[in-house]
Amino acid sequence: MNALIISALLGVVMMFSSFLLKDRSTVRSMAIAGLLLLLVVNVLEMNGVEFFNINTRDMIVFDRFALLFNTIAFLSTLLYLLLSAKEMAKVGVYFADYLALIFFILCGVILVSSFKSLLILFLGIEIISIPLYILTGSDKRNLKSNEAALKYFLLGTFSTGLMLMGIALIYGAQGSFYSVDISKIAGETPSALLIAGMLLLFFSMSFKVSAAPFHFWTPDVYDGAPTVFTSFMATIVKAAVFVAFIRLFDEAFGLLHLQWQLLVAVITALTLFIGNITAVFQQSVKRMLAYSSIAQAGFMMLSLYAMNADAKEGLMLYVAAYSFATIGIFAVLIKMSDYTFEGFNGFAKHQPLLAATTTIFLLSLAGIPLTAGFLSKFYMLKAALGTGKHLWLVIVAVLMAAVSVYYYFRVIQAMYFKEGEGQPMEVSKPFKWTLVVLAALIILLGIFPNILLSWLYF
Amino acid sequence: MIPVLLILIPLLAGLASFFIKNDKTVRSWALFSSLLTVVVAVLAVTVLKENKYLAHQCEWIPALGSSFSVKLDGMGQLLCLLTGIAYPLIFLGTWNSQYKNAKNFFALMLLSQAGLMGVFVAMDALLFYFFWELALIPVYFLCSQWGGEKRIRVTFKFFIYTFLGSVLMLIGILYLQSQTPNKSFGIQDFYNLDLPGKTQSWVFWLFFLAFAIKMPIFPFHTWQPDAYEQSPTATTMVLSGIMVKMGLLGLLRWLLPVLPIASYSWGDVTMSLAVAGIIYASLIAIRQDDIKRLVAYSSIAHIGLMCAAIFAENKSGTQGVMIQMFNHGINIIGLWIIVEIIEKRFGTRKMSELGGLAQKAPVMAIFFVIIALANIALPLTNAFVGEFLMFNGLLNAKSQYSLWFTVFAGVGIILGAVYTLNMIRKIFYGATNQVTEAAQDLKLNEKLSLGIIVALIFWIGVYPQAILNITDGISQTILEQTDISHLFKK
Repeated sequence: MNALIISALLGVVMMFSSFLLKDRSTVRSMAIAGLLLLLVVNVLEMNGVEFFNINTRDMIVFDRFALLFNTIAFLSTLLYLLLSAKEMAKVGVYFADYLALIFFILCGVILVSSFKSLLILFLGIEIISIPLYILTGSDKRNLKSNEAALKYFLLGTFSTGLMLMGIALIYGAQGSFYSVDISKIAGETPSALLIAGMLLLFFSMSFKVSAAPFHFWTPDVYDGAPTVFTSFMATIVKAAVFVAFIRLFDEAFGLLHLQWQLLVAVITALTLFIGNITAVFQQSVKRMLAYSSIAQAGFMMLSLYAMNADAKEGLMLYVAAYSFATIGIFAVLIKMSDYTFEGFNGFAKHQPLLAATTTIFLLSLAGIPLTAGFLSKFYMLKAALGTGKHLWLVIVAVLMAAVSVYYYFRVIQAMYFKEGEGQPMEVSKPFKWTLVVLAALIILLGIFPNILLSWLYF
Repeated sequence: MIPVLLILIPLLAGLASFFIKNDKTVRSWALFSSLLTVVVAVLAVTVLKENKYLAHQCEWIPALGSSFSVKLDGMGQLLCLLTGIAYPLIFLGTWNSQYKNAKNFFALMLLSQAGLMGVFVAMDALLFYFFWELALIPVYFLCSQWGGEKRIRVTFKFFIYTFLGSVLMLIGILYLQSQTPNKSFGIQDFYNLDLPGKTQSWVFWLFFLAFAIKMPIFPFHTWQPDAYEQSPTATTMVLSGIMVKMGLLGLLRWLLPVLPIASYSWGDVTMSLAVAGIIYASLIAIRQDDIKRLVAYSSIAHIGLMCAAIFAENKSGTQGVMIQMFNHGINIIGLWIIVEIIEKRFGTRKMSELGGLAQKAPVMAIFFVIIALANIALPLTNAFVGEFLMFNGLLNAKSQYSLWFTVFAGVGIILGAVYTLNMIRKIFYGATNQVTEAAQDLKLNEKLSLGIIVALIFWIGVYPQAILNITDGISQTILEQTDISHLFKK
């Protein structure tokens, strides 16, 4: 509850800050301080310190799962702002507004990770989506950005509509918005109304996490949006929606698991296949990362498929590993003028430190041991094997992991083994250090995942 | 204690190397630290043979049932000894080769050593997998950055190939872990598993593919000649001398004892593949003109024999494989050192462009001939002992086709003599030509490293018992664990 209220307040503060503060760097520092505050109060809440006591009628419950995810999300956002906040200023003139929108999105993130009622879920998803539409189109003079925003808006509202429809049907069947009530009655014979509602929810959530075949918007939107916002969209937001997805299907439809498991298996396999295979053929690193985010979503879907203790633990690790690595790569990418693979040629010679950290991020995404990416993939495979069914899904997953090595390593090859001019780029010391911290975090989590996961219990 | 040191010394030395600016300093530093590793490895085999020095276990990821468990059993001791000896030999033998960004080169070499040591001592499946992949990463960078013209494509193929194999193994490991009663990755828990034959059957292939790609076994070998040819020779030595042993060790430690029924029932298939590989690779080796490619194909043949002997599942075969793992590592590094010398001096690896070197560089010729003869297992050389034991094992294998396997593998040996002697003839005898006219003989560092190798060749050739004693216990343990004869009596 601490973080929810403070993030909402911070959003408002940031919005008005541009009236009072003319200097952008002050606004930036304020946002970073605000995020630190969020992180602190959230960690305090994990340790039992609550500043606000509001009766939400159990519509929002901050359990360990939610709090841990919020911590990861705040930490990622903090690192993201440290790395890329300056770049936001280059997108347009409304610097403070962008930061305000990010705080509002965090508000939504907190809601969707801790909802117990479908109303809150809907509210959270909308609070996330609407600022995102704006951020996508924030580069007003760029035609691609506008197109992406429009595309995102139209498809996004359509899927939100589906979700609303689903919620309505479920309410019709069960007479309640609470996940607890929905699951209770579902234990007997589920009514057609409930199944229809569940499917609609499933499809709309699949859309939000860009699972195939609902992924078509993703490459265009990620590619068209200003890179600095793509980074945020592809990591923290996506992870939050995933957490909501898991929560929804665990708590509301957990007893129907066997009914929807096969459907999830098929969608997972499809997502893995389409995401990875298409990423192989990309020429632009940014677009490759968009497809890779689909591919990674496929891996995260495995946790939805398995839905056991391993899966939930693993998802936490996965979102942390994936967010850290992706934020890092995007932070480097933003600094470049040429987004193609060739643009990375000879990068290691001109920017050895950036190249080394980027390599660690890529290795993590590819799932090479010693990085968090490996253990998170490992958890997913373990969870999926733990179900004891659909072994083919696990095989598809590892085959696709091998495919993913191909496109991630193309960047490494370009950086290290190919000769190139190297692009002029201004890189500050703090930027470098933040990247090093990020890389260190990834390796630390890759060796001792317990640091993170022990928060889930105790 | 010792196994942790064996991993830590090269690891820390490697990380430190990244920060040494001077090329000469980093070269000496790498040699120094690798000598330190040898000392520790030798100590492990000779003085500190007690269990408390050779094993170490501590908690790592308890939530996953994995612990940091390392131990030097006989096979581990032998392979760590090989790894320990190999690196100083490599550094010494290629002392005069210049590398761009030398600090990165030596750092990655040392890191690969740390990874390899880890593979040889890990007694926890997850840890094993960790090191298995970690050993690969530095080698990938080494080959791609300092290799030949086609290096990027070739090493990429190599990387993806082996990565694919290892992720399949990962599924196998995960599955076995899920079957253990206490959800543990410990090797002893894996050994205690008693899975039904049908399950063992498919898990077997998950593991075998990973190992077969690594060794490599026909028909999974296609990455190997290209990768050996394109890599910088120092890395080729690591690849062929030590890394292939990862696959053999995998079979001996993680496959046969864990899945004995499947190993028995698929034994004929794998032995056929291995023996087919011997003939196939030997035939291709005869046609090669490039020395590097020739040695690469001969390596496939040798590994094929070792793989076949492993599946013979008897004492003679297993002990033969153990000693031959060591011998093959030493011998092939010796061959590569000379190949590197030839390439650096004359700028070519083509046998057709060389000739008459024996007149100009007699010392080199002597060393080369000795090592090459060891490579075809002449009596008094180390490989003779290994191959003799392996053939003996192969002939006495439980398989009904054992005679055929032995005969065909024997043909491979004859073919081996053909291409090796042919190579000696083409390079060292005949008339000198423009290229070899101004040949110089060996330098001190080259004499030193080759001298050590030749000494080892003769020492093991005359007194193999020293090595056989190290691995006697572990071979026995593996065979007892692999023995399924009690199932037949029922």
